[in-house]
Amino acid sequence: MGLEAALPVENVLTTQLSRVMNWARRSSVWPLPFATACCGIELMATAASRFDIARFGSEAMRFSPRQADLLIVAGRVAVKMMPVLQRIYLQMTEPKWVISMGACASTGGVFDTYAVVQGVDQFIPVDVYVPGCPPRPEMLIEGLMTIQRMIDRDNIPFDDQGKRIPLQIALTPTYHPRPQPVEVSIGAT
Amino acid sequence: MATLDHPTLPIIKAAFPEVRFKAAEFRGQTTLVVPSERLHDVMRSLRDDPRCAYDYLVDVTAVDYLGYPAEQPGRFAVVYPLASVADARRLVVKTYLDPSIDTGGNAEDPALVVDSVTDIWPGAEWPEREVYDMFGIRFRNHPDLRRILLWKDYPGHPLRKDYPLRGRGEREHYVQVNRDSA
Repeated sequence: MGLEAALPVENVLTTQLSRVMNWARRSSVWPLPFATACCGIELMATAASRFDIARFGSEAMRFSPRQADLLIVAGRVAVKMMPVLQRIYLQMTEPKWVISMGACASTGGVFDTYAVVQGVDQFIPVDVYVPGCPPRPEMLIEGLMTIQRMIDRDNIPFDDQGKRIPLQIALTPTYHPRPQPVEVSIGAT
Repeated sequence: MATLDHPTLPIIKAAFPEVRFKAAEFRGQTTLVVPSERLHDVMRSLRDDPRCAYDYLVDVTAVDYLGYPAEQPGRFAVVYPLASVADARRLVVKTYLDPSIDTGGNAEDPALVVDSVTDIWPGAEWPEREVYDMFGIRFRNHPDLRRILLWKDYPGHPLRKDYPLRGRGEREHYVQVNRDSA
């Protein structure tokens, strides 16, 4: 599939083991959708054919934390829900990554009440914050690609005990909304 | 001027001549205010009297009138919207309660007690638990009066108006989990 053409005539390719492992890892980041609110709908749109997260190797949504690499916290998390989220996080196997998707998961959003956690990063480690209310699928894909880039470049931060520390990357929107009203279009424009 | 021509009111008045009722009407919806100690008898008669036949308890909820602009007979009101399916009639029954101790905590207040209607409408069980959870109003003879939405040790009743909107640290004081916790 194109790879053979890149190989030398003897069909031998020398590389670093870590590169191969990183390539395999970043090409199959299986997410666990912890979808508690409307961000979950946008997460579904990201997985569906128009945006197609399968292009990034992440189409296999795993509902068992033991099979997942990436925890996507999509939506507000009630205080009563927090033990569930923490337990799911702890059940995931290393290497694991966490995306905090949307304003509510990252900060509590508009739900500034006694029952809603004001940012899941207070209680579990978060690698990438995806802004938006809810984020566009492009933004979530950008968050996924951020994690892929970190895996690819092997620049995963470790502390002096050799433990991985959360990346804490906050994305900034890269698209610009067009002036309203926008002409209605059907299909690709 | 409100028109209190709801057909149930004279029936209930005749059935309980010694009880002082109040009634109000707002935009076609009639509210009957019952003293809390006679609530259970009135409710039983509202369901069992064939002229009333309120066979459907729509909801059980409560109101905290702390800081309410209009004068109210008490601080808390427990509200029972009733419906009669056969006769397509509705009636709201209200009873007022006044707390006897400080409403800040979740201590049991002997004044904030009303008879449960679960023996009349079994569907009242969970709404009454919610009222207890959110307002701290207890229901006598309720089969299983536990908190329904919040957890067991929650230190207050959050829909009371004197409860801070952002809570008293419930959302902050929590176990932190990291990679080594498993």
